[in-house]
Amino acid sequence: MTQDRRDFLRMIAAAAAAGLPLAQAEAAAAAGDGRFYDVPRFGNVSLLHFTDCHAQLLPLWFREPNVNLGVGVGRNRAPHLVGEVLLEAFGLRPGTREAYAFTSLDFSHVARSFGKVGGFAHLATLVKRLRASRPASLLLDGGDTWQGSATALWSRGQDMIEATRLLGVDIMTAHWEFTYGQDRVKEIVEKELAGKTEFLAQNIETRDFGDPVFKAWTMRELGGVPVAVIGQAFPYSPIANPRYLMADWTFGIQEERLQKYVDEARAKGAAVVVLLSHNGMDVDLKLATRVRGIDVILGGHTHDGVPKALEISNAGGKTVVTNAGSNGKFLAVMDIEVKGARMTGYRYKLLPVFSRLLPADNDMQQLIVRNRAPHAAKLSEKLAVTEGLLYRRGNFNGTFDQVMLDALMTVKGADLAFSPGFRWGTSILPGEAITFEHVMDQTAITYPYTTLTEMSGETIKSVLEDVCDNLFNPDPYYQQGGDMVRVGGMTYACEPGAKMGARISDLRLKGEPIVASKLYKVAGWAPVAEGAQGEPAWDILSQYLRDKKTLAPPRLNLPRLIGVEGNAGIAP
Amino acid sequence: MNSSKERRKVIKAGGGIGLLGLLAAAGLLPAGEALAQQQWNSGAFGTRNLADAVKALGGTPPTENKAIQITAPDIAENGLVVPVSVTSDIPKTESIAILVEKNPNLLSAVFEIPNGTDPFVSTRVKLAESTDVYALVKADGKYYFLKKEIKVTLGGCGG
Repeated sequence: MTQDRRDFLRMIAAAAAAGLPLAQAEAAAAAGDGRFYDVPRFGNVSLLHFTDCHAQLLPLWFREPNVNLGVGVGRNRAPHLVGEVLLEAFGLRPGTREAYAFTSLDFSHVARSFGKVGGFAHLATLVKRLRASRPASLLLDGGDTWQGSATALWSRGQDMIEATRLLGVDIMTAHWEFTYGQDRVKEIVEKELAGKTEFLAQNIETRDFGDPVFKAWTMRELGGVPVAVIGQAFPYSPIANPRYLMADWTFGIQEERLQKYVDEARAKGAAVVVLLSHNGMDVDLKLATRVRGIDVILGGHTHDGVPKALEISNAGGKTVVTNAGSNGKFLAVMDIEVKGARMTGYRYKLLPVFSRLLPADNDMQQLIVRNRAPHAAKLSEKLAVTEGLLYRRGNFNGTFDQVMLDALMTVKGADLAFSPGFRWGTSILPGEAITFEHVMDQTAITYPYTTLTEMSGETIKSVLEDVCDNLFNPDPYYQQGGDMVRVGGMTYACEPGAKMGARISDLRLKGEPIVASKLYKVAGWAPVAEGAQGEPAWDILSQYLRDKKTLAPPRLNLPRLIGVEGNAGIAP
Repeated sequence: MNSSKERRKVIKAGGGIGLLGLLAAAGLLPAGEALAQQQWNSGAFGTRNLADAVKALGGTPPTENKAIQITAPDIAENGLVVPVSVTSDIPKTESIAILVEKNPNLLSAVFEIPNGTDPFVSTRVKLAESTDVYALVKADGKYYFLKKEIKVTLGGCGG
């Protein structure tokens, strides 16, 4: 508390010095002081939720997208709102720390004002504070926790397992976890997490006999209230990621099985039924119209930081759907009121984790430092200084992806390059050094191979069409999450609202139309096929950056978009 | 009802080629397994068979029926082996066929459902590309269908 007050006074002084009228300065500071996290408790049961932290243990920059187009029913509806439209839709004011957390508006500038976000030591402090006033609570982790950093990759998820155990995660589900291979996942669940964290996934069964691989759901008594939590792993893990890493398991959305578990939980007396989901928000919003009896879906995968919960009607009543962002940037608080053995009300808040407002938790800090120590020198190697803002998120490209594409084309001598539309990866502010750790934040996967392939013009178009349909199919159940494949060296036009096979046109290389029958040299990385080989992406990117020393702002290669006028999912 | 008008309606409802094959299959179902086998492999499911198929059906093309359930992935994990199950809640179900619109041979499987048997069948089909998959049910001499889109994708890039 003393530290908060010091912060407060310092801000008042700074604001007054900057010439702000005192009342205004006070208001500005008040919005940023420790009271930011005074969330009054509501109801009798609380769920704390984070998701998609992508193994980011330290405070970081993370720029939200300015392009997140919705199609079909998703058009102009959360989560497909960006920038000022998003602020307006959720009653947030421009220039505030919330605007900094939830949008990309003026990012490089406001980031310096409000500081870094996330970090497990700061998150731990927030979790402790909230749980202190909420004895009847659970901490839920939506998955994508063990992947996304160098230390997670090198320890095969071990540093994250230790961190989440210390954080006190009660229940988790998963996606990228599976890319460590099914044996490693089983080993962790059975040995490391046993008795501490329940790993739930109702939608995974064995490929041969259809036996469940993990526990589907669990019942927890919270202050005398029976709360059922069902786990939903990412349904398309073996498609979006290499199938050979989870060869014996089959996934899918599995609505019917989910309905069966919901009914079973109700029959056993659950007053509240929660789905801890890694479906992605569009899939969750559709699922909520079809499956009956779920009170709350706490969602992830699509990395949508949605400030409020959406209420969806179905034949069984209403289901509340949330999505809690990514990279440890947010902690969601779902306070639930239960009366007469049913949910009668809720309060939801998606709290940005502002590292400056939350002192680091000592135990967590020590754990992180201890696990990083053996790698510290390697991680901190400065490869280059960036003149522009580097980020990844956005439907079509990000500046960091552009650097990856430029590196692939340069090092591999390719005509054009593809880079997957991953939604994880930290941001770097103009003027900052790019370290090897930053490079790993963009590339730390178990199949990092770079490739050089000859592809016909026809194949190139079909690749773009295929990925584009995974993003813009009007039926969310046919979407995979992730963003459009990033393209270097080749320009094209894209009409998201068109049908599969008709979205991509006007493909050109250096201004010349791509010829369907002609072969082109295409560089890429992260192949999902078994047996792929090639230099790891982090080596290619590091080599490129070391040679540059100073990186000029990357020139984003973006497709010419057709038919997106009036779409609230795009902002300057 | 004017038969050519009816035919147009059916083509519209079924989405072209898929229904042509569907009708052909439906027409051939009662002909017995051996004949069916021979006919499926002939690959003669072009437009010119439509009239024959409708004729074989006695002029009553199959109608969409929600009492059929298709259980199959929305996106195939492996196009080479895609699990497809069909359940029919239509009384007096006699046979169930599974057809893949975009496969070179439309018919993947036909199951005869003897009286007193649960009308539930399960198999795996091979898909080269995204396609509609039809379940065709014969019940009490009439034909019903339900279709479901299964997407086959290159994979990767998710997350």
